Amino acid sequence: MIRVVNINKSFSGVNVLENISVTFKKGKTNLIIGQSGSGKTVLLKSIIGLHDIDDGEIWYEDTLFNGLDFEGKKALRQNMGVLFQGSALFDSLTVEQNVMFPMDMFTNKSMEEKREQVNLCLKRVNIVNANELFPSELSGGMRKRVAIARAIVLNPSYLLCDEPNSGLDPKNSILIDGLIKELTEEYEMTTVVNTHDMNSVMEIGENVVFIHNGKKYWEGSNKDILKSDCDTLNDFIFANSLAKQLIVRRN
Amino acid sequence: MEKFLSSLGRYVLLLKKIFSKPEKIGIYYKQTLWEVVSLGIGSIGIIAIVSFIMGAVITLQTAYNTENPIYPTYLIGLGTRDSIILEFSSTITALILAGKMGSNIASEIGTMRITEQIDALEMMGVNSASYLILPKIVATLMFNPILTILSMVVGIAGGAIAGVTTGVISLQDYIYGIQYAFIPYYVTYSLIKSLFFAFIITTVSSYQGYYVEGGALEVGRSSTRAVVFSSLVLLLFNVILTQLLLS
Ligand SMILES: Nc1ncnc2c1ncn2[C@@H]1O[C@H](COP(=O)(O)OP(=O)(O)OP(=O)(O)O)[C@@H](O)[C@H]1O
Ligand SMILES: [Mg+2]
Repeated sequence: MIRVVNINKSFSGVNVLENISVTFKKGKTNLIIGQSGSGKTVLLKSIIGLHDIDDGEIWYEDTLFNGLDFEGKKALRQNMGVLFQGSALFDSLTVEQNVMFPMDMFTNKSMEEKREQVNLCLKRVNIVNANELFPSELSGGMRKRVAIARAIVLNPSYLLCDEPNSGLDPKNSILIDGLIKELTEEYEMTTVVNTHDMNSVMEIGENVVFIHNGKKYWEGSNKDILKSDCDTLNDFIFANSLAKQLIVRRN
Repeated sequence: MEKFLSSLGRYVLLLKKIFSKPEKIGIYYKQTLWEVVSLGIGSIGIIAIVSFIMGAVITLQTAYNTENPIYPTYLIGLGTRDSIILEFSSTITALILAGKMGSNIASEIGTMRITEQIDALEMMGVNSASYLILPKIVATLMFNPILTILSMVVGIAGGAIAGVTTGVISLQDYIYGIQYAFIPYYVTYSLIKSLFFAFIITTVSSYQGYYVEGGALEVGRSSTRAVVFSSLVLLLFNVILTQLLLS
């Protein structure tokens, strides 16, 4: 479980997050939705400590994350897998070296053990025979998969994904979403996913938080989202014609 | 002014981060070797060519400026030697490296910044500044003096070949000249400068890349700035060091 309490974040005087409180549940795919520029990435990066928040609290179970020193944060981060918006694979390393990297940094396992774990994770995300390729030789979807493999290689308790299906075609988006949901349930992770894709919301949105201009406007599940009476949320949902048709069909 | 001071502050903070304890020495060692190969060895050719031409030109110019028969011709060798060792080898090598490496370093690190690879490193408990920048500093500190010596040798050889083939000086006189009243400290002085220059080029360029915000456009700008600023700063330090070391 990750609990965010009343956090604020500003950049040189401009408020980007205002008084956000939200709880992300264990074993569930928790979604942060909102339009481009609403503050999703800033919120995610604040949760993992890449941005220092101005005030508020971030709890991982019973640990106050933003109260920890560098070593404490580092220790907790071993337990987090992060998928960045653009995959963030290391250009100069092969697929295998990329996935192995967190183990190189955090563990003292032997080369065989590491390689075994790498292959296990790559297989889990359906990447085969690509160990020696470089990121530039992969398609966008494959890069996302490799980045997911890297994120789960240390068996983390927390998985944080920033727009896992940006830049992917609808079919691949659904595959990646499905994969994240499966992994979440399989490993009992607390998963947080940023997205502005309504398909994802309908597919995997068990617990959805809607933010707009850095403020939380709505929270609930994909079952309730179409029935909400929050105007800002409805504006966001109905901006998407596909979603509009979905709703018409459902009603 | 305010902007300058805050940039300077961030630069100092970055240096502090670079030199705060590296965790796994093993990966740094491998990284450093890689940087020596990719940054250093790739610069040998261009530095040799420029130094050769520079030595040739200095010899010919010194010859034309000392045509008066009261000057013994071996002075041409001596003049070439001192100009090359004291000033040109270290400065030209550094300026070439600033042009070649500065943009390289800034765009490599800047790209890693905007594609969130630096964030990913931090998430894996890696001190990204020291992981990315320290190997470059160590590598340039190692090979810049070597390149500077190479530049001296090739420059003096270039002078000899130009001088002898144009007939302005005989080989014997040239060799006599480059040995005449030789002060070994001049070489030391030049090598000390080359160490400072190496440090300036890598850290100033890394700084430009490390703090890039935005997209590909900003990465491009940062790599231009890396070349401009590292050249300016190293020329400024050239003056300061000359005053400190030679007076
Ligand atoms: N490092 C920063 N410095 C200053 N402002 C920033 C910084 N990072 C983000 N912002 C601002 O914060 C706001 C929210 O940005 P954020 O990246 O979180 O949006 P987002 O919801 O992730 O959008 P997208 O869907 O396009 O990724 C934007 O207005 C942005 O300009
Ligand atoms: Mg974002």
